[in-house]
Parts: sequence; C-alpha cells; structure tokens
Amino acid sequence: MSRFLLRRLPQALIVLFGVVTLAFLMTHVVPGDPARLIAGPNASAATVASIHHELGLDRSLGYQYWTYLRQAVQGDLGTSYALQGTSVASAIGHALPVSAAVAVLGVLWEVLLGVPIGIIAAYRPRGLLDRATTFGSLIGLSAPPFWLGLLLLYALAYKSSVFPLSGYSNPYINYLILPSFTLGLGGAAWYARLTRTNMLEALRSPYVQTARAKGMPESVILLRHCLRNVLSPLLTMLGMDLGYFLGGVVVIESVFGLPGVGKLTFDAIGTLDIPMITGAVLFAALFIVVMNLLVDLAYAAIDPRVRR
Amino acid sequence: MTALLEVDDLTVGFERDGTRSAAVRGVSFEVAAGERVGIVGESGSGKSVTAQAVMRLLPLSAEVGGAVRFAGDDVLGYDAKRLAGWRGSDIAMVFQDPMSSLNPLLRIGTQLTEGLRRHRGLSKPAAREEAARLLRTVGIADAERRLRDYPHSFSGGMRQRVCIAIAAACTPKLIIADEPTTALDVTVQAQVLDLMDELTDRHGTATVLISHDLGVVSSFCDRILIMYAGRVVEAGPADDIIARPAHPYTRALLDSIPRLHGELPRRLPAIPGSPPFGTVPADRCSFADRCPRVQDVCRTNDPALEPTATGRPAACFFPLDSVPVEVR
Ligand code: SF4
Repeated sequence: MSRFLLRRLPQALIVLFGVVTLAFLMTHVVPGDPARLIAGPNASAATVASIHHELGLDRSLGYQYWTYLRQAVQGDLGTSYALQGTSVASAIGHALPVSAAVAVLGVLWEVLLGVPIGIIAAYRPRGLLDRATTFGSLIGLSAPPFWLGLLLLYALAYKSSVFPLSGYSNPYINYLILPSFTLGLGGAAWYARLTRTNMLEALRSPYVQTARAKGMPESVILLRHCLRNVLSPLLTMLGMDLGYFLGGVVVIESVFGLPGVGKLTFDAIGTLDIPMITGAVLFAALFIVVMNLLVDLAYAAIDPRVRR
Repeated sequence: MTALLEVDDLTVGFERDGTRSAAVRGVSFEVAAGERVGIVGESGSGKSVTAQAVMRLLPLSAEVGGAVRFAGDDVLGYDAKRLAGWRGSDIAMVFQDPMSSLNPLLRIGTQLTEGLRRHRGLSKPAAREEAARLLRTVGIADAERRLRDYPHSFSGGMRQRVCIAIAAACTPKLIIADEPTTALDVTVQAQVLDLMDELTDRHGTATVLISHDLGVVSSFCDRILIMYAGRVVEAGPADDIIARPAHPYTRALLDSIPRLHGELPRRLPAIPGSPPFGTVPADRCSFADRCPRVQDVCRTNDPALEPTATGRPAACFFPLDSVPVEVR
C-alpha cells in the first residue's frame, strides 16, 4: 500500500505544479488592469503606476511567477487586492469549511439516495421504481442546478419557510440542506442508474451463481457478494464528483448566498482580484488531487487487483 | 428405493422479445445415490439449462415445467429458505469458468468458509481449519496462507480446484459439474477430473457431469444421456453407448472425439451444420437436417425416445444396428 502511495504522490505534485503555472499565466495574461480597478476610474496615471509598483506588477512576469511559487510553497498565497489586508490563504481558509460541507453533503445525498434506489430498481427491473428512476435521472441530469435551487428555495423557503432563504449562521445544517440537496440530486439520479446497471450485471455474474449454488440467502449475496463489486466502480466517480462539486459550488453558493470558496472566487473574478483567483484555482486543484488520491487508496483497499 | 434425483418431463422455455423458445423439451432421467451420470451435447443442446433448472438457478423469466425431485422432495416447490438450506449442503455445483465463478473481491477463505458456517454451523476458527483441510485435499499447498489470498493470485486450474473444494465442502449427496474442464488447459483437465473422481469416490457422492466431450464423460460416468435440441436422444450405460451407439448423433459425437491429444474443438467437425436455435419444429426429427441417415419420414414425424435393438432407448426412426445404412 505504501508503495502504491509512493507512486501516486509525485504524480499529484506534478499536476499541482502544472495547475499553478496555468492559473498564474491565465490571470496575468488576460486583459484588464487590476491597478486601475483598485484606483478607480478617476485616478491619475501616477496613482495607477504607484499601485502597480506596490503590487509588484511592474516586475517581469518571470520574476512575479518565481516569487509566487516560492511563497506558495510556504503556504503564502499573497494578499487580496479587493479585500485590503486580507491574506488569500486565510480568506480561503475561512470559506473552505462552508464549501467542503456543501460538497461532502452533496456527495452524501448522491450516495444515500442513488445507491439504494439503484439496488431496488435492479431487483425489480422495469418495475415502477425503475421507470421512475430513469425518468427522474433524466430531469436530474438535464436540469441546471441553479434552476433547481431556485425552485427549491421558492417552494421550501419562500412559500413555506421550512428552510431559511439565504445566508449562513447557527444552526448551520439548516442552511446547508437545500444547497447540498440541489448539488447532489442530479448525481443521485446518475448514481441510481449506474448502481442499477452494475447491480444487474453483478446479479447475472457467475460468482453470484456460485454463491447461490452454495446456498447463500439473497441478503448475503447482496451485501457480501454484490455490493463490493457494485460500489468499487462508483468510487472513481465519487472522487471526480467532489472535484466537480467544487466547481458547481460557485453557482450554488451564489444562489443560496453561502460564504464559501465558490462565492469568494465569483466575487474575485468580478474585481480582478488576481491573487485571490489564482489562490482559489490552486486550492481547487489541490482539493481534487487529494480527493483522487484518497479515492485511489479506497479503491485499492476494496479491490485487491489494483494493489499490485 | 427412490432415486436421489428424479427429473421428470422437464421443460424450460424462455421468452425474449415476444418470441418463446424452448431450451429443454421434456427431459427425464434419474440419478441414484453414488451414481455418476453424464450429459453430453453440443452447446445449445439444453444440457446446461437442465442443470440450472435442477439447481433452481435459472432467471425468474424462465418458464420451468415438469418435476424435479430430490430424495423424493419436490425441488421446484421449495421456498427461498428451503432452497438455500438445500443448495450447498445436499447438492452442489461446479461451474465452467473458474475465472469468473469466484468472487474477485472476496478472499478464498471467505468463499470457502461461508458455506461451512452456514450449513454445518461451524465456528469461525473451526470453519477456517476445515477450509484449510479442504484446500489441502484438493491439492493446494500452503493452505493456511492461501486462504487469505484473492482469486486473482490463483491459476485457472487452481481456481477450479478451489471451486471443487467449495462444492465438496459440506459433503453433498450430489455434485453437478457443468463443463468443469472446458475452460482449462488440456494438461490441467485430466488432473481436475482425477480430483473429482477421487473426491466423489471417497464420499460416495453422486455426480452429474455435463460436457460437450463424449470422451471425457464416458471415462468418468456410469451412465450417459445424449442431448440434442432440448431432448434426450439416447441414454444408457457408458460402455454400451461407446461400443454400440444407436442414434446417428451419438455416432457423430463418437467420430468427433479427437484421437490425438490436442485442443478439443467446441463445434464438432464431423457433424456438418449446427443444432437448431430457438424454436424447434415439433413435427420432425430435430436432427434431420444434419443426419446422414435421414429419410422422408424424419421430416414429417418426430421420433420418440423408444427402446431400440441395442437394448437402449434412442429417439430415432432408423437407429444404427437395426437398419443397415441406406445408400442415398
Ligand atoms: S429420425 Fe431420421 S433424421 Fe432423425 S436421427 Fe433418426 S434417421 Fe436421423
């Protein structure tokens, strides 16, 4: 297992390095002058130039890149342009728990809704639930999440105030349920279909025949023999989803007014807050890389054939 | 005394996309305690479906008719609980492909002990001990350690040995082996058969061996059924069938046994054509299109399984040894 990790870690580092470079280049190459945005439309050229100097934007791109890398390795992602005096790292640090909670809860919704529905649908193919799942997944997959989110807000927060409309305070879970559900619903439908397909395949497989011929009751066949084989391919998706969710969170957090990384990034783009954007992208990449690493490890733990 | 297994006029039909096809069309046979019966036929002859019907392993969509009795009990009437208690303890099965018939994500030990614990009520350590003993019995060295291994670290032949150990674990009265050697290397085939021979002999286990290879079956079994297009077309003691086949199809099967050691062909070169697929017309001999002895009557009437001059039943209007071969 440690050998497995040893092989994966350098890969992860290379990916991270690539992402930093790309994010840095993209934010510095795009047109638009952050100094002018900070100084305001009526500022003199001299003021803009002094802000340029202050931000280090008058140095060569190579120098800026090198400085950024050197500081990033030490955990210093620079200072926000827009939120004066706030370090990017601490801003992200504050927003992170919110986003992470939404993403993790979203994945939970996916799994807790999708997997059981998929299993039941597989046991009764072409039954009512099976058809409902197919139909539901079509909606869940094709509906844009912000639309779904607004719909839920309208019904459950505006019309009947089961959930709060917007914001984030104690008890936090109340503010997280709707956003995470919105995030996870499409995936839940997808998981249900995938689970159903995998389950049907597992139920037809020779090893299940062997288990039946051995006199194993259906419950043991389902839990001991099938579930592992059904879940291990889902794991890969799970990791990708967490990454994807971090992207999806930008929209969801805006709809639900949650102070997470998504909203931070969204606002940073609006104000051309370059250190914040780069930091957020770097952080998102780090998140995805770590998630994939964890998923690979879990995969190896479940499937002995991967370990070698 | 009643036979251990009685199969009486078994029929199996599948419905797919509105069309119904008969996979097994009225098969009857008995297996006495300790007896070895072989079922021989090409793929599509219904031999595997017959075995699965006996084990109740067919999908729910299959329509099963007739009767299957085990020690006098009506197997087709078993409820889920009774079925699970019967399988594995009284009857067991060895499947064709040892690569896929073991669960890739479970340790061999788990797959071996789960039956022992369930049917013989053994404690965990006792089951492990017994499992190790079983592995040694089927010729796997270093058994205690290998119990912790996953199937992928075993070769095909070794996996089939594990499958045989699983089947034999609770000393069932009957083991059905469905093409147990077909997926294996030729060199390993004989070893696996020897192992089955030894194990079933030791415990007096009755065996149904299913194969497309008449040669393999005749060396292993006391009695043989020849199946074609969902029916038994000839039945009798192995030695007699080999020495004096009555049905033209049996004759063709005999001719196709390779005399030299080598890869065994699945489609028999000596019989041109292929068995009927899907719906089999009921008003003619199903072998007529491939039969060297075919006459007009074969295309308008369906021969029943009746005693022939050889003393054994065969489903043919013109069995060998009774009418000289017509020159066409
Ligand atoms: S009944 Fe006729 S066609 Fe059928 S096997 Fe006998 S001789 Fe051949």
